[in-house]
Amino acid sequence: MTGADDPIVPQGTLFMSPDVNAARSFFSQKSRAMTPKLMTVAEAVSRFIHHGDYLASGGFGGVRIATAILHEIVRQRITHLGFSGHTATHDFQILAAGRSFDRCDVAYVVGLETRGLSPNSRRYMESGEVKTTEWSNATLGWRYKAAAMGVPFLPVRSLLGTDVFRYSAAKEIICPFTGEKLAAVPALFPDVGIIHVHRADVYGNAQVDGIAIADYDVARASERLIITTERLVSTEEVRKDPARTMVPHWLTDAVCHVPYGSYPGNMPYEYYSDEEHLAEWLEAEKDQATLDAFLNKYIYGTRDFAEYVALKGGEKRMAELRALEPLRRD
Amino acid sequence: MPPQNERYNAMELMVCVAARQLEDGKTAVIGTGMPLAAAMLAQKTASPNLIIMFEAGSTAPQFRKLPISVADSHSQVGAIQHSSMDEIMEACQRGMVDYTFLGGAQIDMYGNINSTMIGTDYQHPKVRLPGSGGANDLASLCWKTLVITPHDKRRFAARLDFLTTPGYLTGPGARERAGLPPGSGPYKVISTLGLMGYDPVSKRMRVESLHPGVTKEDVIANTGFEMLFVDPLPATPEPTAEELRILREEVDPQGIIIGKRGQ
Repeated sequence: MTGADDPIVPQGTLFMSPDVNAARSFFSQKSRAMTPKLMTVAEAVSRFIHHGDYLASGGFGGVRIATAILHEIVRQRITHLGFSGHTATHDFQILAAGRSFDRCDVAYVVGLETRGLSPNSRRYMESGEVKTTEWSNATLGWRYKAAAMGVPFLPVRSLLGTDVFRYSAAKEIICPFTGEKLAAVPALFPDVGIIHVHRADVYGNAQVDGIAIADYDVARASERLIITTERLVSTEEVRKDPARTMVPHWLTDAVCHVPYGSYPGNMPYEYYSDEEHLAEWLEAEKDQATLDAFLNKYIYGTRDFAEYVALKGGEKRMAELRALEPLRRD
Repeated sequence: MPPQNERYNAMELMVCVAARQLEDGKTAVIGTGMPLAAAMLAQKTASPNLIIMFEAGSTAPQFRKLPISVADSHSQVGAIQHSSMDEIMEACQRGMVDYTFLGGAQIDMYGNINSTMIGTDYQHPKVRLPGSGGANDLASLCWKTLVITPHDKRRFAARLDFLTTPGYLTGPGARERAGLPPGSGPYKVISTLGLMGYDPVSKRMRVESLHPGVTKEDVIANTGFEMLFVDPLPATPEPTAEELRILREEVDPQGIIIGKRGQ
């Protein structure tokens, strides 16, 4: 599609405003109080994720994702969400199955890395029901970073010259110091971010082990933040290793204690991904009838995430996945 | 497809040839699948000091098994650093990363890649594919881009439906005119038929060696654009017994990438 060096004018829709003063006034009102925020997943979703909100999912598609929140969005039939898809794999697959979003900033969607493509996600994205704007993993990450920094954009050196740039909502700018052409990527302030962590206290001081991916910035860019945690710990426990704290409590709106909360995804240091169940998802997506039956069994027909984990073999299966985890501590 | 061979299959040949392209002591951001198998083989053969990085944040792991995802635990085992996506991408942007190695996709004669969609109308794609992921950033920002992909007319295309990841764009000077970092760009393509590089003047893809048993005519018949050839045109050196042993026993004993033996 790219012609011979024609200037590319990006034509993608900017779903969220990079208005930093509006963000400042929102954040000025956000509570700093160290108050308990422990609640159920159902309560966190009904209080903090609304029809039409823009959602950012932490982790990396099938690694350290907040599966319980994603299921609950589908279970509560929240729709018309906006979604940010930087290497979104199983998280995207769950929300596509629930037809939960109708607009998406895309870096990587539909695919499941080496596991192949999600047939239902493809059908949903090819249906015309989802409005998309293109980005890349780094530029979506830098959009969160701009928001976390409180600046309206960051200048970057990728995207340029490609159709990703053409269908993005970035802009070409000239560096005022060196004269270089740069892509300006706008700050992304999601309405709500969801992040699964290794340990948190009831106030939402949260720690992550292993790679952080983009979650440091997702936590700061999001107006509201829901933390799900493998382990609920005391604040004293957090204070023992403060360099591990990714999220201080004043960023957090809700804390949900969800053991195996990244299942069937991988949780580094805890359990490996359940490849059999991820293959079962792909199989169920072959057509809408089998997918409906599958969703009825695992999401609509379960009360909560613990019931889903129990259906999938409970502690016995989780012990098997712990044994497969190469970083496990034992 | 390349001629059948009793000593190795097409995937094993591609991974061995790919591994030889990664010089020792360099830095590389690697995608999952065949690129990762090649980088692991390179580390266990001629390039023990190759620094492997993953876009999700892991740096210099000591692999026990092939990761399924560029973020999963197997990408993080024994790492020197667990960082974040911005840390890795900013190292690329700063000029600290020598190679990126990307997996199969639709590629044109300038090394541009499509992994976004098939069709003519962006808002109504005939086939929606995953999109850039980190590929656009990595091929924009790393010094040298390598691609590994099966060789057929559909993949080696005259025209891309969507230009996801920049190669040399429209030819000499186009990357620099677009604003991409000078001196960066496509380096090698490893296919089922040969090893390709790029003509230094025209920036067009050219065959630098043909895999054993493959002819120029095979390449021409399986390429959708006019392919260039170096002259004289050597044959790709075959995988050694030692390369094959390490690949089968240490890199991919389960045959996830190279296929299961005897099938």
